[in-house]
Amino acid sequence: MYLYDGIDQRLVDERVAQFRDQTRRFLAGKLSEDDFKALRLRNGLYIQRYAPMLRIAIPYGLLSSTQLRKLADLARRYDRGYGHFSTRQNLQLNWPRLEDVPEMLAELATVQMHAIQTSGNCVRNVTTDQFAGVAADEIVDSFVWCELIRQWSTFNPEFSYLPRKFKIAVNGAAADRAATFVHDIGLHAQKDAAGEIGFRVIVGGGLGRTPIVGQIVREFLPWRHLLTYLDAILRVYNRHGRRDNINKARIKILVKERGIERFREEVETEWAHLRDGPATLIEEEVRRVEGRFTRPAYAALADVALPQQGPFAAWHRRNVHAHKRPGYAAVTLSLKKTGVPPGDLTADQMDAVAGLAERYSFGELRVTHEQNLVFADVRQDALEALWRELRALGLATPNIGLLTNIISCPGGDFCSLANAKSIPVAEAIQRCFDDLDYLHDIGELDLNISGCMNACGHHHVGHIGILGVDKNGEEWYQIEIGGNQAPAALGRVIGPAFARAEVPDVIERLIETYLEQRDSDAERFVDVVQRIGIEPFKTRVYGHPDQRRQHRRRSLAAA
Amino acid sequence: MATLIKDGSIVDEASPPPDLVVIEASDDPGALAATLDRIKAIAVRFPAFGDGRGYSIARLLRERYGYRGELRAVGEVARDHLYFMAQCGFDAFELRAGEDPQEALAAFNDFGDGYQATVARPQPLFRRR
Repeated sequence: MYLYDGIDQRLVDERVAQFRDQTRRFLAGKLSEDDFKALRLRNGLYIQRYAPMLRIAIPYGLLSSTQLRKLADLARRYDRGYGHFSTRQNLQLNWPRLEDVPEMLAELATVQMHAIQTSGNCVRNVTTDQFAGVAADEIVDSFVWCELIRQWSTFNPEFSYLPRKFKIAVNGAAADRAATFVHDIGLHAQKDAAGEIGFRVIVGGGLGRTPIVGQIVREFLPWRHLLTYLDAILRVYNRHGRRDNINKARIKILVKERGIERFREEVETEWAHLRDGPATLIEEEVRRVEGRFTRPAYAALADVALPQQGPFAAWHRRNVHAHKRPGYAAVTLSLKKTGVPPGDLTADQMDAVAGLAERYSFGELRVTHEQNLVFADVRQDALEALWRELRALGLATPNIGLLTNIISCPGGDFCSLANAKSIPVAEAIQRCFDDLDYLHDIGELDLNISGCMNACGHHHVGHIGILGVDKNGEEWYQIEIGGNQAPAALGRVIGPAFARAEVPDVIERLIETYLEQRDSDAERFVDVVQRIGIEPFKTRVYGHPDQRRQHRRRSLAAA
Repeated sequence: MATLIKDGSIVDEASPPPDLVVIEASDDPGALAATLDRIKAIAVRFPAFGDGRGYSIARLLRERYGYRGELRAVGEVARDHLYFMAQCGFDAFELRAGEDPQEALAAFNDFGDGYQATVARPQPLFRRR
């Protein structure tokens, strides 16, 4: 954890007081609905379908046991006893009362938490690899750089009213586990020939209604220049990003309209004035931030032999990950048990997990963008004991990387933007694939569901992506295949949408096609789609082209 | 008649100064660069509550072009913007209709410090920590 100093704490406290006053003025009729909206959103407060929703920031997904207990406490006292972990590594409470939110924020501040900039047209919570600091392929500890960016973005006076939301991801390892090519800015740490740390800067990626893979704006940016270069990009965007149409306001549209060459030229021209200015990072600051992170006191241990068979071995294969220290492992707690909405955790489970983190992983845990939790520093000789305890809590489903580890937005059950429900679709698919041996045989498969084209469930980069669409007031589901998170690839729609009840059967046919076509167990679903294209999958789902025309007619008639 | 906050106090102004130069959010402040030493007061217009282009314009005028005269925020200027506007180099604030000027005065103390380098605090917090 990054531990606040007095100034960090005071800023968060001052924010609580500011929002308390804004809420007071709104309730007194002194702030209009529209103006208050712009202010409450940047404090994480939405007005949803049935009630307000509060999105609490979990900076770069890192959380302490103490903080998780506070979240449990808030979920119990101000909500309905559960919370939802989002793909942005945050926690959403779905039923608070607007009047209570200032007090909830004040309570969060007591454990160095907040809801700052979890929504609104500003720089959002910066995200990263859930294995930061423990991965064997680490180049830098991305948490340190995320915290530097968190501070730069927090209440940034120039960039608080951007054309649209702005999402930054940092990846500190050789493999990209932070989806850097589908963010407004992606930063990929590297070392140059002299061993100096820097970042590949990727800009203009994003999902949503216009999915675009980002482009490299600068191949290597020495670390000292990180913040001034971000200033330059944000300034070009703040001044020239479109504000006339909310659907064209993201930076990806600006980059696309200008072309990467011209955009780069504008950024570099801007940066020429900012470069080496006072916002240039200094060694002392990087060291200071590094020094404020708690570090696990590892014991000198040897690796333990892998379990061979049985349910513990099955869980170990899927949910236990390599660690850079011998004798340690990282563990994913699956929040994807069939029958539980993906990413949901009850207050009692939160308390129990907080206790387990203390006993097994130095009192810290991480939230993943796949909506699971990670204990990053578990002794290998304690894995079996941990597994037993997790199993008792329903958090040991051995499905990480498999089809049932579904990423899903809250969908039409909660969200007022959604066109269709997501959670029941996820559950129906999980029920259809409940045979663990079959699931393992299918192998690695990312299945992502979004309830509308805003794509909170990242359906474009799922190997199978499902999108809820509205046709004349009815819920339909469009299916894409061939998307991938890294290297980033966007899925292609296989054809006309389906009714909800048809979706599991369609997934089943896609899987059958894959199993018939794959070269070997090592060839994943997405590899097969990329090798043979979507046509064989389409044929299996819709029949041959002449049959397809009939299907279309039926669908149209039904719609 | 407009209500202004200037030099930490509330001022009622019958009409804007005759030599006030008005910049729109879409304008390039660089166009004024050559004549800035002859300008006494510039107003930057904020066309909407959530339109933040004026913040960048203010920093450019102060930091890049060295403008030292009055820099006035006009248009959709509410209590909740004032702290950030002041950080970006504005020193006069023409409040939109309906804003309570007494409440607005308190806005300048919303935060005691900030992380970034700004016009008001040219050294970022990390060089002062």
